[in-house]
Amino acid sequence: MLDYGLFTFADKDEVLEKSSAYWNPGKTQFWIDSGVPLVIDRREGYFLYDVSGKRLIDVHLNGGTYNLGHRNPEVVAALKQAMDHFDIGNHHFPSLARTALAEALIETGPEGLSKVIYASGGGEAIDIALKTARHATGKRKIVSIVKAYHGHTGLAVGTGDERFSRLFLSERPEEFVHVPFNDLAGMEEALRGRDVAAVIMETIPATYGFPLPAPGYLESVKRLCETYDALYIADEVQTGLMRTGELWGITKHGIRPDILVTGKGISGGLYPIAAVLVSERCAGWLTEDGFAHMATFGGGELGCFAAMKTLEICNRPETRSIVHHASDVIGRGLERIRDDNPGWFTGIRQNGLIFGLEFDHPEGAKFVMRQLYDNGVWAIFSTLDPRVLQYKPGILIDPVLTEELLDRTAVAIARAAKEAGK
Amino acid sequence: MTSGMLERARWAARAFARYDKASVDRIVAAVARAGADNATRYAEWAVRETGFGVAEHKALKNVACSTGLVEEYAGHDYVSPRTDPAQKIVSIPRPAGVVFALTPSTNPVATVYFKILLALMTRNAIVISPHPMAKECCADAARTLAAAAAEAGAPDGVIQVIEEPKLPLIESMMADPRVDVIVATGGTPVVRAAYRSGNPALGVGPGNVPVFVDRTADLESAARLIVDSKAFDNSILCTNESVLIAEDAVADRLVSLMRGAHLLSPADRDRVREAVFPGGRFDTRFVGKDATWIAQQAGVRVPPGTRVLLAPIDRPMPEEPLAHEKLCPVLALLRVPSARAGIDAARAVLRISGAGHSAAIHSTDSRTIMEYGAAVPVLRVSVNSGNSLGGSGVHTNLPISMTIGTGYVGGSSAGENLQPGNLVNWTKLAYHVDAPFGDFAGLDPWSPPDGPVPRYPEPSNARTAPASPAAPAPQADVLREEIRRLILEELASLVRS
Repeated sequence: MLDYGLFTFADKDEVLEKSSAYWNPGKTQFWIDSGVPLVIDRREGYFLYDVSGKRLIDVHLNGGTYNLGHRNPEVVAALKQAMDHFDIGNHHFPSLARTALAEALIETGPEGLSKVIYASGGGEAIDIALKTARHATGKRKIVSIVKAYHGHTGLAVGTGDERFSRLFLSERPEEFVHVPFNDLAGMEEALRGRDVAAVIMETIPATYGFPLPAPGYLESVKRLCETYDALYIADEVQTGLMRTGELWGITKHGIRPDILVTGKGISGGLYPIAAVLVSERCAGWLTEDGFAHMATFGGGELGCFAAMKTLEICNRPETRSIVHHASDVIGRGLERIRDDNPGWFTGIRQNGLIFGLEFDHPEGAKFVMRQLYDNGVWAIFSTLDPRVLQYKPGILIDPVLTEELLDRTAVAIARAAKEAGK
Repeated sequence: MTSGMLERARWAARAFARYDKASVDRIVAAVARAGADNATRYAEWAVRETGFGVAEHKALKNVACSTGLVEEYAGHDYVSPRTDPAQKIVSIPRPAGVVFALTPSTNPVATVYFKILLALMTRNAIVISPHPMAKECCADAARTLAAAAAEAGAPDGVIQVIEEPKLPLIESMMADPRVDVIVATGGTPVVRAAYRSGNPALGVGPGNVPVFVDRTADLESAARLIVDSKAFDNSILCTNESVLIAEDAVADRLVSLMRGAHLLSPADRDRVREAVFPGGRFDTRFVGKDATWIAQQAGVRVPPGTRVLLAPIDRPMPEEPLAHEKLCPVLALLRVPSARAGIDAARAVLRISGAGHSAAIHSTDSRTIMEYGAAVPVLRVSVNSGNSLGGSGVHTNLPISMTIGTGYVGGSSAGENLQPGNLVNWTKLAYHVDAPFGDFAGLDPWSPPDGPVPRYPEPSNARTAPASPAAPAPQADVLREEIRRLILEELASLVRS
């Protein structure tokens, strides 16, 4: 009996059956077929527990949502305290928590950003960024990379791969231009007409498997934006919040974006909130018509508390140090595992605690994901490049868990090689 | 704002535990150097912040606990494996990991230096939790040493300090499983809390030092040493003499030779007792204050140049406040008819408090000295030496220490002066007695870091080749000579000032 007070299920089979009947048959079946029949029960720190009791080290972390661990005690405490006094708030009025978080974000954000616009999730935040860029430039076109992913909402979905837009008849190639990643000539070609409002880039494209920007690529894209009067939108939803060893990945490139988008991890995984940081040049509509974009839940005040605590933890020198230590040790550990699996584990894409692990098989990461699951680790393949496994250890990980994680990873990768016939 | 400190320390400890001897020596030397360079500045700061003690004496302790300490342990190796072919055993050092160190208000910076260097010599990471009264000088000192350590190639985060020490925070950190050992110096409650935490702890109890002078003593020397020791840093070391027990036959002459000590009349003694122990309880305002100030507060006139107030008492019992520990230059004076009675009196003083800590004796009769040592329940007895700097190893060949183990009799797991060896365990590779022993010559499992630890997280497609290993350390004996020279210079300059 799975008894959670408000609801009960007889067993896991009943959950899966009803999940299929009432919620999402496609997703439910996909995971069963993939050999990852996970229904998450308890969650704590960097561990997830299936309802069967099976323990998993979480290195998916929902794209960084659980950077600080599941139910981080400090974020939980901040949220609990907030709930004694606050609720979501009224989105029309000036607000205590929204103002405080906005100030904290601007103070710790890249230079040149001066105002914050809130959303209830990353997709909406991307839409806000794109609308803001269009307003500021008076231009409509948006350039993103081939195989990009910035969310599923109205405008965001247009910037991404057709995998997510065509089904809903939502691709709009005349407004959303896609150019190959790491191709500066292609980028310049797209911008040359001076009719582009903005280039939107994830600092490392997550859903594409974290291919790393070639040294100098992002810097050159930013220069092209300046040359052709387009804005640069840094999508830092997955690369921000100390993942790369600096608070925002884009600052490692010395780039001052016109707009920066954060989501996922900013809420500590406890209350949905996302935010757009904009430069003064882009902030005009907030004066012209402050009611132009509205969301009842955008910048919900409880979320602001969770985000302020999360931001504070991410910014601690201790956290930065842990990330540097852990990325050094995990990077070296993965290199050893790669050397033990020639012809199978072929590459490591790393920036801080962001890893894309390349396998020499069109669906290599799916084999590895399954073996990792069997061996107590949860990591997910890259939807837009299933050769590559996304591997994102938590930014507060400790050395003992790190060693266990590497041991389990080594076993799983070797077993997956056999399964894939390598 | 401390979450993350222990995780960071764990990472630093993990990396540091793989460093080789030369790298450790380089870091230790650099940190000691930084400590000595700032000895006077932090001594003055500590006096300013706490109101305790004498800056020039604190400077001396700071030097003793930085370059002095390194000199003391220059010949020791807590890093390299040891091979014992006769026993067919190889011993490999295993650092404790994360040391959580509580430091007191009385010897704040010296203890910070001391514990940091002990941790570094044994490749541990350390988190300092200073006494709140001394938090600013201690935090600054810890940061200065941390910067020197990082500069010399130590792992990031190997030295950290709690900037705002508050009791609930300290208690939760002490109980945290990420701490490997607590080293607690401070009052009894702190030490007890350390033992209660559930983590391994090295905690030490308070002192209450009896000093016995028998009829065979070199009185001239005893008088001078006792006054100097009692006046040192205004009695703030826990090793300072508390009750002077003098054999009748020599008591008058001893007192007359104690230049700088003022013998209080019974009426003045009562005034001092009432001022320092109002209602029978020690008033902490008097900690580390000088003798003339104390006399003034008590309404007692003393000659200029008085460094110690000598207060005659007639019974070493708990109801006599002056027989209790006094971290100020008030020295109780008890006369006894014989050596036997002197030993009993010393035992009586230690029943009040200070068991396991230290005692002193001035005598030339080896039999009495041996009997004193056997009968008095302490773990160190300074012989013909002042105890402030005797028990703490500066004027004796005991290990230099700001942390005095009081052993089982004093409610502590540590019975010696805390030393580097307390922070490291040894893994023994033990062969079957009949099996041939291996050849371990030249084998060292440790290596120098191949660059900054950790390396900066450059993206993997932009990573430059690892830096060449850091320059080799100077030869050990050259280093030792250099350190010796620097200490002499510093001590000379302190004496001049």
